[in-house]
Amino acid sequence: MGGEVKNAIRCEKISKVFGNVIANEKIDLELNYGEILALLGENGSGKTTLMNMISGIYHPDEGTIYVNGEPVSIQSPLDAQKLGIGMIHQHFKLVNIFSAMENIELGTPGKKLPPKELRARVTALCEKYGLETDPLKPVHDMSVSEKQTVEILKILYRGANILILDEPTAVLTPQETEKLFEILRHMRAAGCAIIIITHKLNEVLSISDRVTILRKGRSFGTVKTAEVDVSKLTELMVGRAVNLEIERPATDRSEEVLKVVDLCVERSDGSTALEDVSFHVNRGEILGVAGIAGSGQKELCESIAGLITPKKGAILYKKENMAGKTPREIIELGISMSFVPEDRLGMGLVAGMGMTDNMLLKTYTRGKGAFVDRAPAKKMAETLVDKFGIVTAGIEMPVRMMSGGNVQKVLLGREIESSPDLLITAYPVRGLDINSSYLVYDLLNEQKKKGVAVLYIGEDLDVLLQLCDRIAVLCHGRLTGVVDADKVTKEQIGLMMTGENWEEVREYGG
Amino acid sequence: MISLDFILKFIVAAVAAGTPLLFGTVGEILSEKVGHLNLGVEGMMSIGALTGFMAGYGSHNLAVSMIAAFAGGMVSALIYAVLTIGFMANQNVIGLTLTIFGVGFANFVGVYMVGKTSSNTWQLSADLISQMKSIHIPLLSDIPVIGKLIFSYDPFTYTGIIIALICGWYLFKTKAGLNTQAIGENPAAADAASIQVTKWKFINIVLGGGICGIGGAYCSMIINGGVWISDCVGGLGWISVALVIFAAWRPQTAILGSFIFGALRVLKYYMPSVIPIAFFNMLPFIITAAVLLIASIRGTKGSHIPENLGFNYFREDR
Ligand SMILES: Nc1ncnc2c1ncn2[C@@H]1O[C@H](COP(=O)(O)OP(=O)(O)O)[C@@H](O)[C@H]1O
Ligand SMILES: [Mg+2]
Repeated sequence: MGGEVKNAIRCEKISKVFGNVIANEKIDLELNYGEILALLGENGSGKTTLMNMISGIYHPDEGTIYVNGEPVSIQSPLDAQKLGIGMIHQHFKLVNIFSAMENIELGTPGKKLPPKELRARVTALCEKYGLETDPLKPVHDMSVSEKQTVEILKILYRGANILILDEPTAVLTPQETEKLFEILRHMRAAGCAIIIITHKLNEVLSISDRVTILRKGRSFGTVKTAEVDVSKLTELMVGRAVNLEIERPATDRSEEVLKVVDLCVERSDGSTALEDVSFHVNRGEILGVAGIAGSGQKELCESIAGLITPKKGAILYKKENMAGKTPREIIELGISMSFVPEDRLGMGLVAGMGMTDNMLLKTYTRGKGAFVDRAPAKKMAETLVDKFGIVTAGIEMPVRMMSGGNVQKVLLGREIESSPDLLITAYPVRGLDINSSYLVYDLLNEQKKKGVAVLYIGEDLDVLLQLCDRIAVLCHGRLTGVVDADKVTKEQIGLMMTGENWEEVREYGG
Repeated sequence: MISLDFILKFIVAAVAAGTPLLFGTVGEILSEKVGHLNLGVEGMMSIGALTGFMAGYGSHNLAVSMIAAFAGGMVSALIYAVLTIGFMANQNVIGLTLTIFGVGFANFVGVYMVGKTSSNTWQLSADLISQMKSIHIPLLSDIPVIGKLIFSYDPFTYTGIIIALICGWYLFKTKAGLNTQAIGENPAAADAASIQVTKWKFINIVLGGGICGIGGAYCSMIINGGVWISDCVGGLGWISVALVIFAAWRPQTAILGSFIFGALRVLKYYMPSVIPIAFFNMLPFIITAAVLLIASIRGTKGSHIPENLGFNYFREDR
């Protein structure tokens, strides 16, 4: 690559205001060809906003963007595309009813290609970069990682040489992430300029050359990746040293709260989601569930929460079987259980409603008569804002406007306020920055100390090992073992996730 | 006994009665494919009915009438497009307003024109009426059965079928059509894929309005034998809106759908008189309601409804 560094993008004093929220304030950023720049900042620090301005979705209120050294005005994604800029958005932008290849072709100049030729081109592109996709598969049938692949192909197909990836790894398994990084390194070697946003600091360290840090909408300098470590990055991002130890308090675990016996669940398409799964959770205990995405975690949570009916097996809550009961029936049995689902804005909260109304969703049945009393809900919303430090322009602002971390605090806060005996959380820190993540761990530990039984579906093995008391490992809907977290290594869990039983793995040591 | 001749007559009448529906349906499909539910079809057809009739009255030329009807429909759709795309106004409100305005405006001008004539009827010339007659192609039209079935309609019907086929090809076989569909499904995705969302929305909505306008001209110029009558569109625009669902947002299917609904409209002339006429007059509307009901029960899954239908798109929205 020679010694000469060629500038791809330079942002100079970029500002952007939404209503009364200053999303970006005089941000500077520089990206060169042949490098990967990580953009780091807490939720809501303005990373997505800045990237959207480079890719033409938003237009800066002030400041100048230079591409290849020239000042440019990027008015639309089309302008960005002409400059060779491609972006993978935090929330996929794909047309569900179209196939992979139709999505890839969408918006490219020229005539519509004959399907055969398009397919050949897509296949060739896949081979070149070592990607896998079924060109004819419609997007609505795809898993998140398949969708991700289509997004990457879209950009490669257009021949973009400046790439922006907004939290691409948030929904990927470690293996998929590693594959993505291989592709990115490949592209860097080919001279592309790449910006990646991720909250996972070990990913930042492994993939990037430099790191630019944003704090509360302002740029907070750039560091060379080689010169920092996790705690230094955290400190730069949050503004103070953060204790990266997760505590695991000792508690009274005498009583069994949840017992699952031989649970079998089928998906709506008839395939097996869970097969003969048995485990128990005691009070004052956090049971972690590890497994590759799609191994049955979702079905496990939903059948315990009463959202789907298992084919076979029992779910005992303090000896009472609640398998097949609806959430309403479960509540009427006097069982106090809370479920924080993976899909926060789809299943957990109503995105278009404010905090108050979202509080009401859980409690409206307690009111008398046909009218709802909003006062207690409003009070509860205010309490949550104080207690968890939720950042919002107002408790009536639709929750979809909030940043990811704050949305999670609202949901978790609401569930915890109902003082449950059993708390089920699915990927509660997904998409959260490190500070918010530690806040969530603290909240869960607090619940544990109160005697709550917690089921924690996680993906970061380091966290599972530190936070949980025991870990249950799922593989293709089967339980390959339930182990004490302090008697197992990360490698052993990894092996169990791919199908080996604890008995087999135990021998290997580690 | 029902004779073959009787059945042929019925089919020919059904196709003719379905022609205005075909225009309305295909026009609305173009609009809905970019995610804009335009309830102004009745109004756009009324405006097209007026401008087409006026141009015919002045020029005695069918092609000029059709172009004027097309232009009238386009202008009315343009109003809708500016308000819903440019000003983000509620699509249903603007569509309904367009219907009320279009019908009222056409009636108003019509009444005024009728008053200006000496005979108190506003009427097209015999020359123009002869241009609008069902075609007769020597030899072809004389083939038994087939000739009658295929080569015996007026120029509007053939224009409508050709437009429907072109629109079908455009939507499903061209890049522009792919872009159009993407916009109706997920405008943010289309936008991010560097499709010019606003431009394509305007193009489709305005073209769709023009096509509706020609359907309106059919109502004013042919149905009543060249004499202007108030409320000449008479609810056909509303049936077209429902037919879009029946046609599953496919112009080719709209050809079949509109002719089936045409058959419902003319059924009363071909049925024994024991059943009251009122029942037959009601039939298309009852079936329309049934289609809407079934479509809504079946839900959005499995149907071909554009995912973003009815919602405006603003790029900076979250
Ligand atoms: N389209 C929008 N409308 C209103 N506010 C927005 C919009 N986009 C972002 N914001 C606000 O701007 C701030 C920065 O958001 P964002 O760029 O998404 O942060 P990040 O990607 O770093 O988490 C947040 O406070 C967010 O609520
Ligand atoms: Mg973001």
